[in-house]
Amino acid sequence: MKALYFAWVRERVGRAEEELNPPPTVETVGDLVAWLSGRGEGYARAFDKPAGVRAALDRVHVRRDASIAGAKEVAFFPPMTGG
Amino acid sequence: MATIRVQGQDFDPGVEVEALARGRTDVGAVVSFVGYCRDEGGSLAALDLEHYPGMAEEEIARAADEAEARWPLLGATVIHRYGPIAPGERIVLVAVAAEHRGAAFAAAEMLMDYLKTRAPFWKRAIRSDGAVEGWIESKKEDDQSAARWSGAD
Repeated sequence: MKALYFAWVRERVGRAEEELNPPPTVETVGDLVAWLSGRGEGYARAFDKPAGVRAALDRVHVRRDASIAGAKEVAFFPPMTGG
Repeated sequence: MATIRVQGQDFDPGVEVEALARGRTDVGAVVSFVGYCRDEGGSLAALDLEHYPGMAEEEIARAADEAEARWPLLGATVIHRYGPIAPGERIVLVAVAAEHRGAAFAAAEMLMDYLKTRAPFWKRAIRSDGAVEGWIESKKEDDQSAARWSGAD
């Protein structure tokens, strides 16, 4: 699946997007956050306060317990500050 | 039915508001809100707005669908800019047409609340002394304001 990162999540991770191939044990968005956090210091820093990072699957806001099965695109970003 | 645009360039609020009523005889009210970049007492040189292309448009469309399901609207236009925006420049427009003002005022307010809390945009402040201050934090008041619309009518 394609992963996108925005704002300070992008800066901490060090890239705007990448292709992810998580193992089958990663079933939910929460699992994915835990798995990504183990991939390096930048990821760990991006997700150090899990509640502070929002997620979307295929461009729809989701919670941590959402299943990633079948999703083509996951995005992680801080709470929104538009308007 | 709603017109939604996410763009780098400025827009003309007068043209957008007029477009909602031009040539129609059923519109009795158009309410519009324009959000501007303010300089915070001279300390802010510019805002830099990042967005999630694709999801930004879709999330605004979902908010517009909710507004249309909730109130009898005759039209709506939402424009949100991204990229560098200097103090005094426009950032966002919400304009809503309805038969009566009550629906137009309420829908415009709901759309703005949803834009602030659900549309994937992030503001970064660039200070007058050249420092990039960093990402602006979301406000609790905005979440509380948006929560007003999620309960029953």
